[in-house]
Amino acid sequence: MTQLPARTEKKLGLVIDLDTCVGCHACVTACKGWNDANYGAPLSDQDAYGADPSGTFLNRVHSYEVQPGDAAAQIINFPRSCLHCEDAPCVTVCPTGASYKRSQDGIVLVNEDACIGCGLCAWACPYGARELDRAAGVMKKCTLCVDRIYNDNLPEADREPACVRTCPTHARHFGDLGDPDSDVSKLVAARGGYDLMPEQGTRPTNKYLPPRPKDRPAEISVLAPLLDVKATGLAGWLDRILEKL
Amino acid sequence: MTHSQPALDTSPPVSDEIRRTTCYMCACRCGINVHLRSGKVAYIEGNRDHPVNKGVLCAKGASGIMQVTAPSRLRAPLRRVGPRGSGAFEEISWHEALQIAVDWLEPLRESAPEKLAFFTGRDQSQSFTSFWAQGFGTPNYAAHGGFCSVNMAAAGIYTIGGAFWEFGQPDWDRTRLFVLFGVAEDHDSNPIKIGIGKLKQRGARIIGVNPVRTGYNGVADDWLGITPGTDGLLILALVHELLQAGRIDLDYLAQFTDAPCLVDAGDGPGRGLLLRDKDGKILVIDRTTGRPAPFDRKGVRPDLGATYRGCRTVFQHMAERYLAPEYGPDAVAARTGITAARIRALAAELAQVAFDQAITLDQPWTDFRGERHQTMTGRPVSFHAMRGVSAHSNGFQTCRALHLLQMILGSVEVPGGFRFKPPYPKPFDAHPVPHARSAPGSPLNGPHLGFPRGPEHLALTPDGAPARIDKAFSWENPMSAHGLMHMVIANAHAGDPYRIDTLFFYMANMAWNSSMNTEAIMGMLTDKDAAGDYKIPHIIYSDAYASEMVAYADLILPDTTYLERHDCISLLDRPICEAEAAADAIRWPVIEPDRDVRGFQSVLVDLANRLQLPGFVDDEGRARYRDYADYIVNHERRPGVGPLMGFRGDGGATGRGAPNPDQIRRYIDNGGFALAHIPDEAQFFKPWNAAYQDWAVGIGLFDTPQPYLFSIWSEPMRRFQLAAEGHGDRQPPDHLRDRLKAVMDPMPIWYAPFGDDAADGYPLHALTQRPMAMYHSWGSQNAWLRQIHGVNPLYVPTRIWAAQGFDEGDWARVTSPNGEITVPVAHMAALNDSTLWTWNAIGKRKGAWALDADAPEATRGFLLNHLISDLLPERGDGLRWSNSDPVTGQAAWFDLRVKIEKVAAPDEAQPVFPPIVSPVGGKGRR
Repeated sequence: MTQLPARTEKKLGLVIDLDTCVGCHACVTACKGWNDANYGAPLSDQDAYGADPSGTFLNRVHSYEVQPGDAAAQIINFPRSCLHCEDAPCVTVCPTGASYKRSQDGIVLVNEDACIGCGLCAWACPYGARELDRAAGVMKKCTLCVDRIYNDNLPEADREPACVRTCPTHARHFGDLGDPDSDVSKLVAARGGYDLMPEQGTRPTNKYLPPRPKDRPAEISVLAPLLDVKATGLAGWLDRILEKL
Repeated sequence: MTHSQPALDTSPPVSDEIRRTTCYMCACRCGINVHLRSGKVAYIEGNRDHPVNKGVLCAKGASGIMQVTAPSRLRAPLRRVGPRGSGAFEEISWHEALQIAVDWLEPLRESAPEKLAFFTGRDQSQSFTSFWAQGFGTPNYAAHGGFCSVNMAAAGIYTIGGAFWEFGQPDWDRTRLFVLFGVAEDHDSNPIKIGIGKLKQRGARIIGVNPVRTGYNGVADDWLGITPGTDGLLILALVHELLQAGRIDLDYLAQFTDAPCLVDAGDGPGRGLLLRDKDGKILVIDRTTGRPAPFDRKGVRPDLGATYRGCRTVFQHMAERYLAPEYGPDAVAARTGITAARIRALAAELAQVAFDQAITLDQPWTDFRGERHQTMTGRPVSFHAMRGVSAHSNGFQTCRALHLLQMILGSVEVPGGFRFKPPYPKPFDAHPVPHARSAPGSPLNGPHLGFPRGPEHLALTPDGAPARIDKAFSWENPMSAHGLMHMVIANAHAGDPYRIDTLFFYMANMAWNSSMNTEAIMGMLTDKDAAGDYKIPHIIYSDAYASEMVAYADLILPDTTYLERHDCISLLDRPICEAEAAADAIRWPVIEPDRDVRGFQSVLVDLANRLQLPGFVDDEGRARYRDYADYIVNHERRPGVGPLMGFRGDGGATGRGAPNPDQIRRYIDNGGFALAHIPDEAQFFKPWNAAYQDWAVGIGLFDTPQPYLFSIWSEPMRRFQLAAEGHGDRQPPDHLRDRLKAVMDPMPIWYAPFGDDAADGYPLHALTQRPMAMYHSWGSQNAWLRQIHGVNPLYVPTRIWAAQGFDEGDWARVTSPNGEITVPVAHMAALNDSTLWTWNAIGKRKGAWALDADAPEATRGFLLNHLISDLLPERGDGLRWSNSDPVTGQAAWFDLRVKIEKVAAPDEAQPVFPPIVSPVGGKGRR
């Protein structure tokens, strides 16, 4: 079995704002586009124009309906990708050392040269964040765009994951969650960011920001009529309102 | 094993080259960086410098690579060899294809140019295609606005001189309360998402008014799940509440709107029009003198409460109407499905934010009356609305009602409110009027589309019949500023108002998801007369892809994809400006086509040269333009003003300047776009701001300043009403008089959608929404996007789900007065309890779009279109009544009423149509 590093210098990860995500899937296809042409094997599609199209995606968005007892039903759009856990069970379960967690930044990666496609890691991941590419026969997962974030061939502003760069609502944030002074750590503190399924003991790096409370109209007194229009007629209303000018 | 990790190259080369152009995966027109490797597209991302998307890109845009590799791309010109609708074609050369087109079109131009109907669908080059049609001489030209959102565009332009969508935007950086009505989520895609992101970061409030709580409504702080077609009633109830409480912006109304103008109370032909002086200037009563004065005189203090010789102000008419109890929250609650308490709370919140949280910018400015103001006061309340509001038969008046609400809050063109984007603001009377007079061998007498000021501008023949095949600008829909593309096939088939010879369509899937009553439309396209000839003799179609419509044409002119072509996103057309700047853009061939296809606009230039169309050839008959790129650079609409504003003259001129042969290169070097910032003093109050007006003249938007008042009272509408009352020499047919009197009310009203007339026994509403990750039918051929939206269940609210005893996996028969469909259902609680909905245009015909015949889009996917009639139910009067807004002719898609019942699951969604033969062959695999 493969070991995790004792500690990592940074804890790079994503903060995803569920209050802001409109479920547009921009991150899904930007991720597919970048990773189809970059790190490791392409992300293949099977039966692309047929009855049962299915392809490899490193990031997917699911929309869930929530029905609070005391308010209208709500929709939560939930982007799902690897959480780059500190206690990543997908790494420790790997029989070949292909799955590993980088000591410098905590990114969990698959060394495709060593991957035998056994699928144990996908089975071990409680988040369903790994997909076996059916064409390449190797395990694919979010790389946090490790080939973008340090890439000297990209302008500095573009050295962030493709999903973060493309997100139209700015619901995705990237940074070092190990540094309490980083923007992402401050955002997590300010908005009550939380771990997904903490009971699994995986200690995920990525955090989710919860939706703000909804359907609680602002506490404002209803408007008081200027006067009883029925009693005074239009003329009375007109006199009263034009006094305001 | 102990921790170990491989060495990794974290700085791999990214691409050989980045070419910056403009996206066309929807109508948003974002800037994109196309990364090429070995000459092939490797990756597409947003352009950070671009004014529309500022670097971000949606799911469609980032999937563009699969659009340029899609097997559905047409490969060569096609001539039909089987029966229409079969899909049997043979590939022919461009030489042959163009000759066929000329052989059909040339005799029409010489004898009866109106026998060509040229409608251009999702065209982004309408100023060019209309110029072509004008040169040809046919009155029968329009794009797709009539079945999209003309109510929104026309109501906005007639009321406030601009509209939502590409004409304006909320002041995203300052607004504190944003109210979103019935939005279609692709209009306008990334700017709204960027804006919502900004609001969320600031903690500003978002309120969604929509029967369905998906997408933007999903992140709204409050959701009002309104009953479809009643938005106008809700809005006018808010107006009622605000008026009753006196929480309105009196100063704004007095200065910038027609509220202080006087309505003629006489009995003559001017009754109900606004009083004017002898120079035609609208009059107000000046509070300082108590005397009438032109509205724009320096120092005038318009009196909202004046009465002059028995004539009252618009303000008084407005107060009288909307203070009436019929507009009170209690009166509208049941119909709208929103409780009176909720309506009152929303009114109070609007007032609280607009007036108690007003914002002031220390920015002096001078108004059109010559008065200097030291600051700019803003009302940080903003609104957005699109097709959900406008695609009803009461949509025009509902859109006007929304603009009225904005006006009484004083929140248009102020900090924190709604802001126009150049070339708007632009008063309706600075737009052209319609032109429809054709003559053999001659160009049309002017631009086809425009904004009628009254009956004198209707497009009628001397005997009073509609001059256009779509009956636009006729008494049936006088203000149809975008035409009625959805009526063209039905009218051409019926020979009503006359027969045509050639139907020429570009980029509109009229044989499938873009038509109402799809099955009947397919029948009309293939119907033959007694002699065995098609009733519509010739059909030419241009598209880049093997859409359903391809099968119904006789001649196919295959277009390129968006990465293989020149285009211009022009200020003459549908602009991409921002509130702070004018902007335009180009597309250019970042890759070359690998098939025998040509950009449609270049094909039109070629046809124009062959047909010797005025404007395209000089006096000697020589071609002025080689191709579309040549036209983009060298065409001048007015001296010095052409399709592109940037890099004119010697390359340093913006807006006005001689054609610059190097212009396209300069655009490419600049990232595919040009930008002209509006000066700080001109950023707000633009319709009345002298600095803005001067700037607009400077860059060529206008030739003289065009300040104006907003129109709470629409004089053009009143003129049509006057005609219906018997005034004037252009008179409507008697059967339309009562309808015109009712719907052409000069102040916003609400009336029940016409669909309600036939709703007995059809208790539910049904509508469609666009997924954010798909654009019309285009997404289904995209290998990535169809994995996101490959099926479209009919979503059913809890009340109906329970009543019908539905379970997961069930199917239902849905019936309307027009037909029935049998489709898979799914439960959704976040939904108005009388509304069913599904995703638009996911269902596909077998054989289309190069999908396999067993693709889920063709077996479980479905269209609501089969349930929607292009005509209202017959009334026994022998007349064909269009299922459209009676003001603009906008297709009333969302008036649809249905009933639903559980049925046993069929093999496939019903109805099923025979497969069409794919013009691109086989199983469509790469």
